[in-house]
Amino acid sequence: MTVGVEDVTVRYGEVTALDCVSLVAESGQVSAIVGGDGAGKSTLLKTLVGRVTPDSGRVVAPGADRIGYQPARGGSWPDLTVAENMAFVAGMYGLSEAGAARRTDALLERAGLAQARDRLSSQLSGGMRTKLEFCLAMVHEPELLVLDEPSTGVDPVSRVELWRLLSETAASGTAVLMATTYMEEGERSSYVTVLEKGRILLEGPPAEVVAASPGVVFTTEKPTRPEFSWRHADGFREWWPVPPPDANHPVDVDLEDVTIVAVLRGEAEPAPQGGSQ
Amino acid sequence: MVIKEFRELSRDRRTVAMIVALPILLLVVFGYAANFSVDSISTAVLGPQAQQVESQIPDTFTIVQTDPDGDEETATDLLVRDVADVAIVTGAQPIAVYIDGSALFTAQAAVSAFNRLGDQVDVEVLFNPDLETSWVMVPAIIGLILTFIGTLVTAIGLVKERERGTLEQLAVMPIKPSTVILGKITPYFILASFDMLVVTLLGMWLFDIPFNGNPAVFALGAAIFLFVVLGLGVFISTISTTVGQAIQTAFFFVLPQILLSGMIFPLEAIPWGVRWISYLLPLTYFTEISQGVMLRGAPLDSLWLPFLVLTVMAVVVFAGAVLRFRRSLAPATPHARQKAAA
Repeated sequence: MTVGVEDVTVRYGEVTALDCVSLVAESGQVSAIVGGDGAGKSTLLKTLVGRVTPDSGRVVAPGADRIGYQPARGGSWPDLTVAENMAFVAGMYGLSEAGAARRTDALLERAGLAQARDRLSSQLSGGMRTKLEFCLAMVHEPELLVLDEPSTGVDPVSRVELWRLLSETAASGTAVLMATTYMEEGERSSYVTVLEKGRILLEGPPAEVVAASPGVVFTTEKPTRPEFSWRHADGFREWWPVPPPDANHPVDVDLEDVTIVAVLRGEAEPAPQGGSQ
Repeated sequence: MVIKEFRELSRDRRTVAMIVALPILLLVVFGYAANFSVDSISTAVLGPQAQQVESQIPDTFTIVQTDPDGDEETATDLLVRDVADVAIVTGAQPIAVYIDGSALFTAQAAVSAFNRLGDQVDVEVLFNPDLETSWVMVPAIIGLILTFIGTLVTAIGLVKERERGTLEQLAVMPIKPSTVILGKITPYFILASFDMLVVTLLGMWLFDIPFNGNPAVFALGAAIFLFVVLGLGVFISTISTTVGQAIQTAFFFVLPQILLSGMIFPLEAIPWGVRWISYLLPLTYFTEISQGVMLRGAPLDSLWLPFLVLTVMAVVVFAGAVLRFRRSLAPATPHARQKAAA
């Protein structure tokens, strides 16, 4: 097993945050964990970086000095400047002064923060701060980069820039693992894991996950199967295991559709164990 | 709106505690403790007529020592060591009375009582001859400042790290938890020490307060006291998730120290029903040390009790708090999660 977790279960009292979850973070890929609030994304990432010890299962991860981690809240020190933040984190990872300066220059340049190096982190825009936090997590050139919802609350332009940075990082051989609530980010990743209530609902390369979704989805004005219908734009979408005889308007499904279908199917016919497709 | 406010309040236990506990605390303190009149003055009677004087002295003067062989030197030593607040030396006319001016209210009561005897006694107030309030207050305020920085500012500094999520960042770095804790606490220790130095020197310069004792003894007392209050700050940070909560909690630790440590109201004037709280407060002991060293020039061996109590407090509070803080940097184990959920 490369970097990842295997059959990991994490409980908080009576609540099972992760239920027998396995995941691999491949080098050179951006892997996304998608899910809503309480799905278990953060717990999974914390388990991987060693902040949570699982009740059962196996965790394979590089040492702390080879992991870059950006927590969901914060990650930079607001009363330090961009350069001071970088110097502090570089120092904590044992980089020499010269090495830290070289790495800081390169990362800030890549992230478009070179002009902001003397600004306090608290004075940066949300997008700039996210990029700084990415730089902080990357300062020691980790093998595994773990980002907990880095794009939440970030404007669309900054999200595009963040994704450029993530793609470049993965291309250089780093295993990038990020949690997100945005389905389109799941679709952009090399491998997506959709979590729902601590279980893996769907997983695989996004295109394969979408292609493997059973049944068909139609647009309709008036749903006939309310338990398998959901609002979409001005109308509804409805899932059928096989096309109904009088069906019109079949649609090309995306990751969001197949996730909704998987959730609705799970609710209609709860799986005894797992739930992954 | 009113119902919503009550609902929110009822779920904010710290605010409820402030609403309920604070009025009770203030009532009890001001009702019982807010008393400047001293009913009992610890007194030593020395010299050849010591036993004769002892039998005639009013009840307000509680005899703690009678020594027919004692003289002026013995009297001063007893006051320096805080064995007595008043030392009467018999054998000459008029009788010499030495009063410890560092125990301000006791001294005022004693001076007033002896002044009624006119020429029969020769009263000398030592260590604070003009009975200046500032001379007594400044050594105590030094302790209050250390408490403020050690408890409140440290707690805020640590909670901020938790509140903005950077503690999580530190926890995954390849550094020991002890490095994080030491790195977080050392600046406050240095800042508090610097503040202490500035306030002490400023107090001496502005109010002409003497520094009669050994600065090393004072520094040692301040360092031990600082560990106690830093420990309290670290402890508060472990039971608070926001800066607001930390401030509220620190208030509960700081306010009783201001009111009950003997800084404002003399301990001797506080009834035992409330005074026992004073003896649980670290500032009570630091005030004893700072006033003793600065004003009376008290040596280390005469201050063994406050030093001992502060040392025990420092070990227990600081070690306990640091261990608690260390837990927040450690991985959440199944056992810890089970405990937290319970």
